[in-house]
Amino acid sequence: MKQWIEKQRYLIDFTLASLARRKTRNLGLLGVYILLVFVLASVALYTHALRIEAGKVLAASPEVILQRLVAGRHDLIPPGYIDRVGRIRGVQKKEGRLWGYYYDAVVKANYTFMVPNAGGVEKGEIVVGPALERSRGLAAGNGISFRSYSGKLHTFIVADVLPQASELVSADLVLMHEEDFRAFFDYPSGHFTDIALTVANPLEVRNVALKLSAALPDSRPILRDEVLRTYASIFDWREGIVLALLSAAILAFGILAWEKASGLSADEKREIGILKAIGWETGDIIKMKFWEGLLISLTAFLVGFVAAYLHVFYYAATLFEPVLKGWSVLYPRFQLTPHIDGLQVATLFFFTVFPYAAAVLVPIWKAAITDPDAVMRG
Amino acid sequence: MIELSGIRKAFNQGQHNEYWALNGIDLAIEANKVTALRGPSGSGKTTLLTLVGCLARPTEGRVRLKREDISGLPERFLTEIRRRTFGFIFQQFNLIKGLTALENIILPAYPTGQPRRELLERAETLLANLKLGHRRDAKVEWLSGGEQQRVAICRALINDPEAVIADEPTANLDTHLAKEFMAILEALAGEGRTILLTSHDPLVVESAVVDRVVDMRDGVIVDCG
Amino acid sequence: MARRIRPSTRALLVLAVAAAAFVATLLDAAIPRARREAESNETRALVARLGLTDLALFTEARYTRHPTQADLHSAFQDHPLALEHFPTGSLLPPPRHEAVDRETALPD
Repeated sequence: MKQWIEKQRYLIDFTLASLARRKTRNLGLLGVYILLVFVLASVALYTHALRIEAGKVLAASPEVILQRLVAGRHDLIPPGYIDRVGRIRGVQKKEGRLWGYYYDAVVKANYTFMVPNAGGVEKGEIVVGPALERSRGLAAGNGISFRSYSGKLHTFIVADVLPQASELVSADLVLMHEEDFRAFFDYPSGHFTDIALTVANPLEVRNVALKLSAALPDSRPILRDEVLRTYASIFDWREGIVLALLSAAILAFGILAWEKASGLSADEKREIGILKAIGWETGDIIKMKFWEGLLISLTAFLVGFVAAYLHVFYYAATLFEPVLKGWSVLYPRFQLTPHIDGLQVATLFFFTVFPYAAAVLVPIWKAAITDPDAVMRG
Repeated sequence: MIELSGIRKAFNQGQHNEYWALNGIDLAIEANKVTALRGPSGSGKTTLLTLVGCLARPTEGRVRLKREDISGLPERFLTEIRRRTFGFIFQQFNLIKGLTALENIILPAYPTGQPRRELLERAETLLANLKLGHRRDAKVEWLSGGEQQRVAICRALINDPEAVIADEPTANLDTHLAKEFMAILEALAGEGRTILLTSHDPLVVESAVVDRVVDMRDGVIVDCG
Repeated sequence: MARRIRPSTRALLVLAVAAAAFVATLLDAAIPRARREAESNETRALVARLGLTDLALFTEARYTRHPTQADLHSAFQDHPLALEHFPTGSLLPPPRHEAVDRETALPD
């Protein structure tokens, strides 16, 4: 056993010495490799954590949202519509919601205006999300004017700012009193944006939805399950940016591996010949190269992953912000709770470490089975 | 020590450029003697060296090492025999660039997995014997031709082989260095090692150190010495 | 030669440190965080109180701000293959509403 370890260490010694000979090239390769793992791992960790976070937070959203459709588009709920929902068994509570979008030309940002059904906001006052606090420099007690779509200027007093911890869902919110909301948007009285239904028994939800669409053919029930599913699929690692990045990265990796695979120089071949002539077995040479592949790919994986972990969970995935932000002016600042999906890590490991180790071995195999007397003849 | 009988060796067998480098060799190499193979280039002496040193297998015929037939052994066993029994000094020295003299010397012992301390001690002793101790940490590409050869000799001896095989050892050396090499050879012979070398350098083959000269031409032995 | 660290020692050391850091990340992720848990609960309470349905990650357009509330059959407002006006559009696949649609199409 001791002998075996010593032998492996000799092989590592040798493979490191030959790597050190082309130091810049090999360090560059390791750098690119680490970067690749870093990007892939960052995306995987980030989307996974965001998915978990979304699932956890949105689990509290209403069981059913009922929209009314006109010509296939979301339309206002007219007066009396809520009553037409009638008494459906299982529905505990039904209430009309008032919310809409407002474009603030000052900072060129979109806000979500909303009326909390539970109340809590006085007339003439608003409660703003943390991103608004930043972008408009608002604090409790400040006044702010918005020009409504009809051209009139409305002034509100900021009563409160929503907690920063909830920014992921509340960054752009402006909560106001119902009367203010209707006045600001010229919202016809009695109309609502949509209806939120509370269903106590989760097993009933689907039934309720079916009954709703039967009773109100122009309605569209949106179930909480669907909401959760939508977010699961948005952040599903196979989708969106992950897929794009992954395919590009894997392609790049393929090129890298190919470069390595076809990159067995005449010098390296000669070296293998010498090693065989002085008493190395084919197996020793392959093991030596295996160590090379393993050392490089394992180092790249571990370093890349740890860096990605720090990036996502301790530096708030700063590098992704521009991509995720897109064109939005208001962007939530949030800290994700660290979550690691074992399967994801295993997949990442398999797809980064394994192909590289194999790519290193393939050409060596060909070179190593050549006769050792080649060095004498050459 | 080594017996060759009916040895033939072909390159590119079965192809249009088929070439028989050796054409019926019968030769016995005695232990503890210095044997030199002499012949013009293309006479097959280097090919014969590769067969004796288990670097290659004959196309026909048998190679016996200490009465044991080794011509049919699989590669693994051949490698082990080679490592234990033979030390090689190549014409081009064939040192690994980028490694130090010391690292080059202990290279043949890597597959054995011996403790590094022992190996290094042995290598240092060998280097000191050849008066090269001061160059042990130098990269081999910085060494002169004579120094490189001495490193190659040390490397050949690291596994303490019974036989040393040298291919045209003086071809890249001037007269002074060639004489030094012959002195080293004499010392090796004095230690009781079997030595087999190829050369057409009169300095080597006419030296008193060489016990026997075998003349070759066109893949056959013309004078058994 | 003992005065110089063997390359294999150095490499295995680096690898061991990296592996330890990796294990540390796994442990770090496994540790429950009371403060984060509290914040998470606070956010949940806000979601429940206001009846929020979406994350405020992408605020540039209606269908990105509220992907789950966007118009049915028109996830991108225009044709799904239409050239996108917003970079984040590439992050949002069409929402999956199919389950209820199909069921509601059947007579109950």
